[in-house]
Amino acid sequence: MGLIHEIDYGTKASTSTKLVTLKIDGNSITVPEGTSVMRAATELGTQIPKLCATDMLDSYGSCRLCLVEIEGRAGTPASCTTPVAEGMVVHTQNAKLAKLRKGVMELYISDHPLDCLTCSANSDCELQDMAGAVGLREVRYGYEGENHLGATKDISNPYFQFDPSKCIVCSRCVRACEEVQGTFALTIEGSGFSSKVSPGISEEFFSSECVSCGACVQACPTATLMEKSVIEMGQPEHSAVTTCAYCGVGCSFKAEMRGEEVVRMVPYKDGKANHGHSCVKGRFAWGYATHRDRITKPMIRSKITDPWREVSWEEAINYAASEFKRIQAKHGKDSIGGITSSRCTNEETYLVQKLIRAGFGNNNVDTCARVCHSPTGYGLSKTFGTSAGTQDFDSVDESDAILVIGANPTDGHPVFASRMKKRLREGAKLIVVDPRRTDLVRSPHVNADYHLALKPGTNVAIVNALSHVIISEGLADEDFIRDQCDWNEYAEWADFILRPHNSPEAVEKLSGVPAETIRGAARLYATARNGAIYYGLGVTEHSQGTSTVLAIANLAMLTGNIGRKGVGVNPLRGQNNVQGSCDMGSFPHEFPGYRHVSGETVRQIYEQDWGVSLSAEPGLRIPNMLDAAMDGTFLGLYVQGEDIAQSDPDTKHIVGGLTAMECVVVQDLFLNETANYAHVFLPGCSFLEKDGTFTNAERRIQRVRKVMSPKNGYGDWEITQMLANAMGMEMHYNHPSEIMDEIARTTNSFAGVSYDALERLGSIQWPCNELAPEGTPIMHIGAFVRGQGQFVIADYVPTDEKTGPLFPLLLTTGRILSQYNVGAQTRRTENAKWHEEDLLEIHPHDAEVRGVKDGDWVKLASRAGETALRAKITDRVAPGVVYTTFHHPFTQANVITTDYSDWATNCPEYKVTAVQVSPSNGPTEWQTSYMAHSDASRRIAPIAAE
Amino acid sequence: MTRDWNPEAADAIVAAHLQLEGPLLPILHAIQEEFGYISEDAMRLIANRLNITRAEVYGVVSFYHDYRQQPSGRHVLKLCRAEACQSMGGEANAAKLLERLGVDWGGTTADGRLTVEPIYCLGLCACAPSAMLDDEVHGRLDADSLEALAMEAV
Repeated sequence: MGLIHEIDYGTKASTSTKLVTLKIDGNSITVPEGTSVMRAATELGTQIPKLCATDMLDSYGSCRLCLVEIEGRAGTPASCTTPVAEGMVVHTQNAKLAKLRKGVMELYISDHPLDCLTCSANSDCELQDMAGAVGLREVRYGYEGENHLGATKDISNPYFQFDPSKCIVCSRCVRACEEVQGTFALTIEGSGFSSKVSPGISEEFFSSECVSCGACVQACPTATLMEKSVIEMGQPEHSAVTTCAYCGVGCSFKAEMRGEEVVRMVPYKDGKANHGHSCVKGRFAWGYATHRDRITKPMIRSKITDPWREVSWEEAINYAASEFKRIQAKHGKDSIGGITSSRCTNEETYLVQKLIRAGFGNNNVDTCARVCHSPTGYGLSKTFGTSAGTQDFDSVDESDAILVIGANPTDGHPVFASRMKKRLREGAKLIVVDPRRTDLVRSPHVNADYHLALKPGTNVAIVNALSHVIISEGLADEDFIRDQCDWNEYAEWADFILRPHNSPEAVEKLSGVPAETIRGAARLYATARNGAIYYGLGVTEHSQGTSTVLAIANLAMLTGNIGRKGVGVNPLRGQNNVQGSCDMGSFPHEFPGYRHVSGETVRQIYEQDWGVSLSAEPGLRIPNMLDAAMDGTFLGLYVQGEDIAQSDPDTKHIVGGLTAMECVVVQDLFLNETANYAHVFLPGCSFLEKDGTFTNAERRIQRVRKVMSPKNGYGDWEITQMLANAMGMEMHYNHPSEIMDEIARTTNSFAGVSYDALERLGSIQWPCNELAPEGTPIMHIGAFVRGQGQFVIADYVPTDEKTGPLFPLLLTTGRILSQYNVGAQTRRTENAKWHEEDLLEIHPHDAEVRGVKDGDWVKLASRAGETALRAKITDRVAPGVVYTTFHHPFTQANVITTDYSDWATNCPEYKVTAVQVSPSNGPTEWQTSYMAHSDASRRIAPIAAE
Repeated sequence: MTRDWNPEAADAIVAAHLQLEGPLLPILHAIQEEFGYISEDAMRLIANRLNITRAEVYGVVSFYHDYRQQPSGRHVLKLCRAEACQSMGGEANAAKLLERLGVDWGGTTADGRLTVEPIYCLGLCACAPSAMLDDEVHGRLDADSLEALAMEAV
């Protein structure tokens, strides 16, 4: 076990299919045309000295170290900027080159501190390596002259420091910020000797345009940009490749360790989802794993008003099991259930649903995807035949028109957003459908061609109007439809779409989007060579979430934008394993692989494998569980890694349901909001402390590797196993790989998945079976999974949640870059510095008529409840619309949201709530009393003296 | 005379150049012409209108010596310090003038009338030492004619 060293080829790989053969130092090599001499040499194992070149960036040719001699060519060209040519003969080492390189290094070192022994980059410094490589023994120029050795450090960023005294001005950081991240926050200030890296207008990193993605730190060849954790702890000694536990992009990281301590997380270049890039969360915000708030001992209490009592694992597990059995004995076997976690691994999720179906003997299992992407599952399954996105992330590199609906990737899925922005800078066109002016609508180097700033709740009408324009203007791809869909079904749907109420002019009236904008956007998407749709929770979290997903699928089929690279329908999944948790049978009506529980054959597979008989009746969804709790028929709940009291809508309803239950078992890292209503607390463990797999938004199954022992003693899968055994349902897995083997043998779409296969292939996109032994990057090629694509009529029905004189504004909710979901993790890291509290965005006009000034406390009231927070006045939102995030429990944003939900899946309507905003002088009574209860319920009784 | 910072006027200047391909340099020239220098406010405004970052604008402004980030004196005298002018005694002339005016390179006289800046080659090597007062070039200067030139401005 050592450090994983990735080869830096110096320049990017060429995608050319034409091959060129050349000779480097007497060795012959064949590489694709367009490859640099430097890269070709590296592929041969020949290291040409370099400083400004790195294979994440375009070649630049400024450091003058990589000079080579090429027979028949004058001078000494830079190998990073010189492409290979047929028959070329290259010499990378000779006396002349050695002298040139040594001379260049002398100049660099003449303005660089000689403190290698005490430098944080010692042993991981390219400048040091190059001094060695060129045999630098002295610096003739001395240090008497002007230099930069006294330059001051910028320590403003909480995670890394900038020490310009060590900078060699290679511009790798500036280029990484531009090319990889697409933020353009850095520049070189001045020229010549006074050149210096500068964030913004000579600002500090923290207050500049920097988004702290870490690309610059990774690109820096010296200690100029360095993680503070490395400065504090020293260089790591071993590393393991694992998968980020934040959003659904699923970035691959090297966890670089000292013993059992993480030194830093470095994005892994071989990661197929992120290709070596990262965001502020995955790269830096992992400190929560060892935060002092973390609970590591099991606790129980008989009433939620009692303080917690720390007990042994045995006592906690036995107590939970005996309570569940007691409740079932008294109220029947359907009186308990559980919630799986989209933060836990596939194996853990699979085990929880198995415990519920086989151990509890019912199908009362649900997951947080209920409140995010359940309409995606339903809608895409119905139209295409699979409950998942159609593409891999690499697909965006070939998109020509990108339609983003109800998603804010620069904040929610930042690493994918960087990919998308890169494609946009290459000239792809962009349409954004969002009530708010997100960064994709307009931010440096991004300017949407069309922004459909619709009134919240009118998605279906807008998407149908796009189809209306496409059909009525003859832009439909009829060949594709005839070939891959049912023409009669299409004709019926087209009739419906062509009705006047779907025309842009009619839709303008209800959505507020000008008809001409709708027409322009429709033409752009329909006429692009490759049109791709990306959407997020702004589509699903509506009473018509499923209808919009159906309408989107129709739109893609209508234009033939399915089944190849560059196109497709792509839900951007919120959580690290929300795709996986859905795949693993977390829904009350489906076994793993989205197979209905009423299916005889599938039930037999599991009955045989598990040795029990299983219920054919779908179980309760989360909202139904809470309703049943209020009715006194559902009294026990096992919640793994999920915080329904904060994340689910209509908090008061949730709290009422939880309070009515007799045994709530919460398994989590922290005493979360749901734990305030729990009787048993089972401490969970972080992604760093267990083995398993996560599945990202592109259906990519990736390994999570244990790099430290669980602080709580057990992996989450082991805890579920202990609970199952205590309930009398025998489980004897020795390792999560055995759970994956069970998943593979019972689910055809995972048949080819195993830890061995993952080791071999790095990652696998399901379906993976005999038809696709290495997985499936792009789905529905040549034919839909369900056979023929199905056009489903999805008509616009306005939500029941309407504005009126009492609640004249529409509230919609979203996310911010530095925080993640309910903030349980990110609030416990330095990321809190970027976003200390949730703010209410309100348009200047709406603020003015209410007498609200920027930063004022305001009361936000809806028909469901009221809360208070500070106002931020901005024209990012349209008049009549207000916006907030839900990262902080104190805000209680979900006290406001209603219990309206999607007609098909019960996915809550977070994105539309009629509200009123008025000036206020502080938190509401509910917030104060909730926080008081929350503080009280987190008490842990001191252990009595012996 | 240049005028005080005025975002509306700056906006109009930017708007007038937007049809150009690569409008940043001409905009910066025009802004400097109008306001005498390119303030941080101006950089932020230009960045916003061109939809680029303030880092990018600042990188360009700070790269070129001709863009100033502080107001200059009413007149600007640029003295060539490149090789040809040095070899013809330009440095000695310059030292004398700076002493006479009581300013250093880049400095402005106390009355705010004259800023003296170095420049590296005006392309007038054949008539070195040379200088440029505002937009007008002067060659074959000696200490006296240079002082006389400076005194025109002061």
